[in-house]
Amino acid sequence: MTAPKTLYDKIWDAHVAHQDDDGTCLLYIDRHLVHEVTSPQAFEGLRLAGRKVRAPGKTIAVPDHNVPTTLDRAKGIENEESRIQVEALDKNAREFGVVYYPVDDIRQGIVHIVGPEQGWTLPGMTVVCGDSHTATHGAFGALAHGIGTSEVEHVLATQTLIQKKSKNMRVEITGQLQPGVTAKDITMAVIGTTGTAGGTGHVIEYCGEAIAALSMEGRMTVCNMAIEGGARAGIIAPDDKTFAYVMGRPHAPKGAAWEMALAYWKTLFTDDGATFDQVITLKGEDIAPVVTWGTSPEDVLPITSTVPAPSDFSGGKVAAVERALDYMGLTPGMKLTDVAIDTVFIGSCTNGRIEDLRAAAKVLKGRKIKEGMRAMIVPGSGLVRAQAEEEGLDVIFTDAGFEWRLAGCSMCLAMNPDQLQPGERCAATSNRNFEGRQGRGGRTHLLSPAMAAAAAITGHLTDIRDFEGDA
Amino acid sequence: MMDKFNTLSGIAAPMPLINIDTDMIIPKQFLKTIKRSGLGVNLFDEMRYDDDGQEIPDFVLNKTAYRNAEIIVGGDNFGCGSSREHAPWALLDFGIRCVISTSFADIFYGNCFKNGILPIVLPKEQVDQLMEDAERGENARISVDLEAQTVTSSDGTEFRFEVDPFKKQCMLNGLDDISLTMEKSAAIDTFEADYQARMPWS
Ligand code: SF4
Repeated sequence: MTAPKTLYDKIWDAHVAHQDDDGTCLLYIDRHLVHEVTSPQAFEGLRLAGRKVRAPGKTIAVPDHNVPTTLDRAKGIENEESRIQVEALDKNAREFGVVYYPVDDIRQGIVHIVGPEQGWTLPGMTVVCGDSHTATHGAFGALAHGIGTSEVEHVLATQTLIQKKSKNMRVEITGQLQPGVTAKDITMAVIGTTGTAGGTGHVIEYCGEAIAALSMEGRMTVCNMAIEGGARAGIIAPDDKTFAYVMGRPHAPKGAAWEMALAYWKTLFTDDGATFDQVITLKGEDIAPVVTWGTSPEDVLPITSTVPAPSDFSGGKVAAVERALDYMGLTPGMKLTDVAIDTVFIGSCTNGRIEDLRAAAKVLKGRKIKEGMRAMIVPGSGLVRAQAEEEGLDVIFTDAGFEWRLAGCSMCLAMNPDQLQPGERCAATSNRNFEGRQGRGGRTHLLSPAMAAAAAITGHLTDIRDFEGDA
Repeated sequence: MMDKFNTLSGIAAPMPLINIDTDMIIPKQFLKTIKRSGLGVNLFDEMRYDDDGQEIPDFVLNKTAYRNAEIIVGGDNFGCGSSREHAPWALLDFGIRCVISTSFADIFYGNCFKNGILPIVLPKEQVDQLMEDAERGENARISVDLEAQTVTSSDGTEFRFEVDPFKKQCMLNGLDDISLTMEKSAAIDTFEADYQARMPWS
């Protein structure tokens, strides 16, 4: 009898192409996603060595970080270095014959939104990308994680990665979520509990009734931020919702292959009795709508709280909190709902999917953003944008006073022109609130799309439950 | 693939400054590049060029004798600071294949091997002697033999150095991670064929 396995164990075992005596493995990679920032040196390395991409059909490239999201982007990228990076991806993708969605393709978008949307990401697969938020794809029951540039080259050349196995961690969210509480609140609440290093060296499997109840979009939001909890990857066992989402996607299996795949996918769950190195359980009912107040994703509090004081913490965190409060321009004891906002960013690979835009539209319908507010919605892909327009969401956004942008990473990391000015304060649906992340001196509060929309209207951080009544 | 490294006989540039850090080797404004290659022109950029981008004649690599240097004899703690792999990339692109010093920063030391640059640690008196040799420019070629683990100065004095056997093998055969994995390509092929048969949709 074989020992019970976790979902991670099963996917790992299915992909070990070679194992050394010291436990170092060559892990076979099913999907390699590529964007313009971390790939140029890797392609250059192949070129210098006269190597080819081993599996161009499993390598999917799309520019996202540097691309402008303004409507006039067809006229080209102004910043020279950004333009060169995107042009390099263009050239590399064509020269090496990998699958490619250029800037002017409607399927272009943030790499972690494009993969699932096109059916490249499937249950049971190994998915890597030179980008830490590759964890997003774990929502499909795939083992998905970020890699460095040397590893990008290694995967391009060999379709494998030199790896040692991580530990297993289970995060269970029991019961049901309260009204107004979203996938974003779950994933942020988990990080608030574990800290940003809590998942270090582990692959997290998210499970429990509240996770099962989430849509695929919501599950992607949860897995997306596994990395902010320090984990190598986040993963959720596939179920009927997963299969329904995948079915019919351009690169999903069809016909007999679909039946064969489905039979296999149904074996992808953690066996009874499998052991985890770490287990955390949160009650769904206990999770409130949350925001971040500091400069680390673990600086999470319910929106009903007040800004903490350094003395509320211990050890090295005391000095970190002092620095964070100073950077954020906040004083202890201040109500979070009194924190005034001047910019709102809705988008990113965390919350740039159709369901996120619907949640924002529900709040914004028939309302106007506060005067002087700079607010933008950046859909995660060209197809998300098209879908939103079909549903008339764009009209709601622009009527409310939001800018309705083209797809890209945009103000999530401000590598393109969408940046905060020093001291500007942004309610953002993205995943990182580090100093300078959205622009030098910019201040970021992470929250859900509905909460971001509400803040745009009121001009300050807002409890969605007061605002929306029955969200 | 890394170039193989076996023997080298070349001009050595003397850089007696201690604590030459990776910021000096390649300043941060060149990290947004799309290349590993092409960084040689900006190697030691802030020491090498003035504010107008003109060469500073006094800087060693700007002197006629050292424009084709392949070795650097450096001061203590060479390569400290940030872990940027751009530092060895820049050295290699300029044409440097070997750095000799009394000590190296860890990460830089490892990064050199990954990129086909041999870092050699020798005791202070020997480095001093080679530094003097290097001062003589084109009149003194220093020879390195990795197989024999020796450095020979222009007057024929031979110094023995230590190197990790595995790293030595990789250098001699021009093997990097990718090359090593490619040696297992039969295993990958077998796995892939079987995997593809089991999961034809993947
Ligand atoms: S949206 Fe943000 S987090 Fe996601 S891939 Fe782009 S830059 Fe990274």
